Amino acid sequence: MRRECPPVRRERDAISDADEAAAADTRPPVMVDVQGLRKQYHGGFLALRDVSLRIRRGEIFGLLGPNGAGKTTLIHIICGIVTLSAGTVRVAGYDIHRQYRETRRRIGLVPQELTNEAFETVWTTLTYSRGLFGKAADPVYLERLLKDLSLWDKRHSPMMQLSGGMKRRVLIAKALSHEPEILFLDEPTAGVDVDLRRDMWKLVRGLRRRGVTIILTTHYIEEAEEMADRIGVIRDGELILVQDKHELMRSLGSKVVTLELAQPLAHLPEALARLGVECEQGGRTLRYRYSAEGGEAGVDAVLRAVQQAGLTVHDLHTRESSLEQIFVRLVGEQPEEAQ
Amino acid sequence: MNWHGIAAIYRYEMERTRRTLLQGIVSPVIITCLYFIVFGAAIGSRIDEVQGVSYGAFLVPGLTMFMVLTQSVSYASFGIYFKRFTGTIYELLSAPMSAIEIVIGHVGAAASKSFVLGCIILATAGVFVPLEIQHPGWMLLFLVLTCITFSLLGFIIGIWADGFDKLQFVPLLVITPLVFLGGTFYAIDMLPPFWQTVTLFNPVLYLISGFRWSFYGTGDVSLWASLGMIAVFLGLALVLISWIFHTGYRLKD
Repeated sequence: MRRECPPVRRERDAISDADEAAAADTRPPVMVDVQGLRKQYHGGFLALRDVSLRIRRGEIFGLLGPNGAGKTTLIHIICGIVTLSAGTVRVAGYDIHRQYRETRRRIGLVPQELTNEAFETVWTTLTYSRGLFGKAADPVYLERLLKDLSLWDKRHSPMMQLSGGMKRRVLIAKALSHEPEILFLDEPTAGVDVDLRRDMWKLVRGLRRRGVTIILTTHYIEEAEEMADRIGVIRDGELILVQDKHELMRSLGSKVVTLELAQPLAHLPEALARLGVECEQGGRTLRYRYSAEGGEAGVDAVLRAVQQAGLTVHDLHTRESSLEQIFVRLVGEQPEEAQ
Repeated sequence: MNWHGIAAIYRYEMERTRRTLLQGIVSPVIITCLYFIVFGAAIGSRIDEVQGVSYGAFLVPGLTMFMVLTQSVSYASFGIYFKRFTGTIYELLSAPMSAIEIVIGHVGAAASKSFVLGCIILATAGVFVPLEIQHPGWMLLFLVLTCITFSLLGFIIGIWADGFDKLQFVPLLVITPLVFLGGTFYAIDMLPPFWQTVTLFNPVLYLISGFRWSFYGTGDVSLWASLGMIAVFLGLALVLISWIFHTGYRLKD
């Protein structure tokens, strides 16, 4: 029986569902528009400096940054929890101050902290959240939501009887209880087990298919790498980069090709040294690092030089730098004024 | 108006009462009964009539007011403070609700609870002394206005407090002394002239006096002075709450 090769999965395939949903959508193409945002707390701490950012409808935006960089402050300003010092923020075209009802009813927030009232039941807290956001009771929707989050059996349990992972699920359910168009997930998988993290990723993908715009902050960079369409990196209150994830990986990422030789080398041939190849492990391994963007010509030259030097390659493998490595490099760089 | 939001807060806060029935309703009623037994029956039996009524009956409006004032403050302050304490206030601040809607939800629930408490205490008092209400309309008006005004005060305290000790500070160390010295247990004409003048600076005296007038047609000060004082309280509480939401005091950074 002939076995067909599966089609090549294009990068954009992962979000094609969202594109289809977006095509029929009449909402504005930019769901969150932040311009010249500045936040200085009463103590004088400058949390955000002139941040400008546009988040498109239906995308998953990964907001990365070290602790204290300003991620949560930015989210809290957009949600109305923290007041801004300067700048403007519009959500779905509405100003967060003058038209706060329009902006807030569109937003759901999963906070970083496991905040809950210990004595309330899951169901009570969920119906409360839905009501706060101006929605009439809808037990059918809430039942589906709780079932999706594997919480239905716990609906009558007080919050204090739930595990940390369960409480995190409840926070997600509360954020989704009023069917928001924009969902902020502030470190949603902090301290949760692998199963819940997978469930959450599944849920997030499902939400995007329904056209929900998702803004995700996380310490698990692989999570952003897996989920996000675009990445924003914030450092010391400044948004230092906003880029499509794949472009970011291409432009800032690097690749390493490793050649394991059949016989160890005593000396690295001059032709290989000129190309930047390094000799490691007592001459048993050759390593060539090149930028992910347009490095292919270099690899070709290296392979030709290896052949010309008469070396026998026992094995070959390549490795691409992860988003985490790019992130560490970006946040590790000192700001210009500090240099 | 976000009516669903107001209803959600109201239901949520009333649910808290259901869970804490022993502390919130039963306990104040038992304390009031003890007051009636000790001051009304035991000591009161040796005291002549005060303002034309038996001492036991004289105590009823003052004791009712005492419990309504302290519990209104307690209910409302705890409702908003607990949200701040647990961090769930984030949800309230990020909801499409105006300041007035948030206040109506919380204060409405606290005032409802203290109104019910006031009615239970009055009913309980009827067991100990023959109860007479000459002006039931005025009595209800005073009770409702007091419940609302002191629930507003409780809401302010719940936002101001940064610990559970401060939450108890105002009911125990401010309101209780004012109530005790505001004519709950005596008419001010029983005091020496100097202390009569001092007592007139106690705002709670006016509330108790007005409430007592609705029962027996007599009071320490005129009905209109009592109404004026409660209006001043109400106005001050509204101005303070308006300032809190305008500045974000202890709510927003």
